[in-house]
Amino acid sequence: MEPEKPEQPEPKTPVGLATRVREGMKEDLEAIKTKANKDNVKAEIENLKDPTKTQLYKSIFRVKHEPTPRSRSLGVLTNVFLHLHPAKINRDAVRFSYTWGMGGITFYLFIVLTFTGILLMFYYHPSKGQAYQDILYLENDVPFGKLLRNMHRWGAHLMVITTWLHMFRVVLTGSYKTPREFNWAVGVVLLTLTLLLSFTGYLLPDDQLGFWAVTVGTNMAKASPMLGNEGPFGAQAGMTPYNDVRFALLGGSIVDANALLRSYIWHCIAIPTIVSVLLAVHFWRVRKDGGISGPAPVMLESEMRAAGSRAVKGAAGK
Amino acid sequence: MDWHQLWTIATLPDNIPIVAMLFLIPFFSWLGFRQAIANDRLIAQLEADPKLAKTHHRKTWPWQPNWTKELHVWPYLLRIEFLATLIVTIILYVWSITLNAPLEEPSNPNLTMNPSKAPWYFLGLQEMLVYFDPWIAGVVMPTLILIGLMVFPYVDANPLGSGYYTWKQRKIAIGAFLVGFATWVLLIIIGTFMRGPGWVWFWPGQTWDHNTVLYEVNRDLPDLVGITSQPWKGIFGAVVVGLFFALAGFVTHKLIMRKEFDKKILERTTLLQYLIFQFFAITVLWALPIKLLARQLFRIKYVMVTPWFNI
Repeated sequence: MEPEKPEQPEPKTPVGLATRVREGMKEDLEAIKTKANKDNVKAEIENLKDPTKTQLYKSIFRVKHEPTPRSRSLGVLTNVFLHLHPAKINRDAVRFSYTWGMGGITFYLFIVLTFTGILLMFYYHPSKGQAYQDILYLENDVPFGKLLRNMHRWGAHLMVITTWLHMFRVVLTGSYKTPREFNWAVGVVLLTLTLLLSFTGYLLPDDQLGFWAVTVGTNMAKASPMLGNEGPFGAQAGMTPYNDVRFALLGGSIVDANALLRSYIWHCIAIPTIVSVLLAVHFWRVRKDGGISGPAPVMLESEMRAAGSRAVKGAAGK
Repeated sequence: MDWHQLWTIATLPDNIPIVAMLFLIPFFSWLGFRQAIANDRLIAQLEADPKLAKTHHRKTWPWQPNWTKELHVWPYLLRIEFLATLIVTIILYVWSITLNAPLEEPSNPNLTMNPSKAPWYFLGLQEMLVYFDPWIAGVVMPTLILIGLMVFPYVDANPLGSGYYTWKQRKIAIGAFLVGFATWVLLIIIGTFMRGPGWVWFWPGQTWDHNTVLYEVNRDLPDLVGITSQPWKGIFGAVVVGLFFALAGFVTHKLIMRKEFDKKILERTTLLQYLIFQFFAITVLWALPIKLLARQLFRIKYVMVTPWFNI
């Protein structure tokens, strides 16, 4: 405990409390008046007209946005969402007729599907009996629930189409050639995962359509050589309906509650995680392999080096 | 002609993507090949005129001398990306407002759907089940297709045609891919439009009759030639499969040796690359359509019959 401070001695001519408060308020008002004089307020409003000058804006965006080359480059390079882009690209590389834009659209659809998928997860229980009821609830009672489900469904179909078209363009332009071979292989894995994402989502409404599609699909697994109980050499390898690869996929010997849970986890967590990692690799390699492949200057047959060397002589201008 | 039946299939919400693909694939093929033909013309012109080849900028597009080679991503690429996302979003909204995702009855293991069809992009696999046993159609073939796609860049020894559309410089690579792609799309179209209840073949416009009884005897090739007992069935089948490999390999070789240019490319191809290419060409690109035709035209079920597996 601190010792009590001795009280300040009162001034000789005592002033009433009310007077002191009045005096103090006067002082404060004077201070505000000078601060809030017309010119000052005007200047502040002028500043607000250009939000890029505010502290708030600067704290978020870090760099000024001006139509100067430096500012434009920094706008891309210092932004976490845009940093996968280079600052500058080949003039022809923005031509839609060359790229078809399908890779980017596929990625955008992946984002849309993640977004709608998360919203759908709020209304869905991966358990037998409840799952179908949840879909009915979603379709009939949840505001915009039907739209949400439709967007997830059609977005998935669209993503399969755009993935195929992306691959088709890469083949037609020879974009898989050195040094992009590995990125092509990553792309093939991503295509497979896209199809598997679609397939695992098919069972989740737990309706007749999904049930029988998954039954047909996993029955094929039953016939895997060595790993399925009905496949060639499956029996010899010790496979039964209770330990083969189909059992591992379904979590049982029939399509039931465990299968629903497993496809839910594959669909919502496991495959999207793997896809995200591979997407990062895929985009990173696009940059590291020298950006998108073209449109490159055409090469001539007469410029091919003799067999034994895979390189082409430098093209004109190089 | 039962137009109603055809309309029912084509307007099934889940089949819309296939109908869309019927337009999208021709459109994008046209878009790509149009540029390929233009580039091929330029290449021919430059090959004929070495002087021009030294100075030409080598693109078919107009080029102003004062243009910079590069553009800023902000705003020239980002505005395209932004526009693309807007358009895709609008398409998706319109599609989702006008068409509802299908929802059937609750799942019931005791009531089999007939026909029970996989999602459209897997219909190729399901259709393959008609021609091969499940272990080939469902496991071996998909694996071969995926590995075949992955090794594609590693067996293509052609250094030309990297980063621009061309047909004449890459006939074999593009041709091989197109054959596979076309087979895949064909299987999907068959699976969608021509398979009805019981996976029976119905021509487009034919009514799906649930009571159709097919009198169709599928025979094994060994039985056709009068070999009915093991192990001769297996041995005969192995010989036929071996002959198929030899013949398909020979035809493939002839096809990739047709032009002087192709021979030059073959010189650059290592033996390993060549053999891997041949393997996938025979097992995927040849075997699938040939088995399909053998089944559809001659009602042949198996070529090789052994006690353990059938092909």
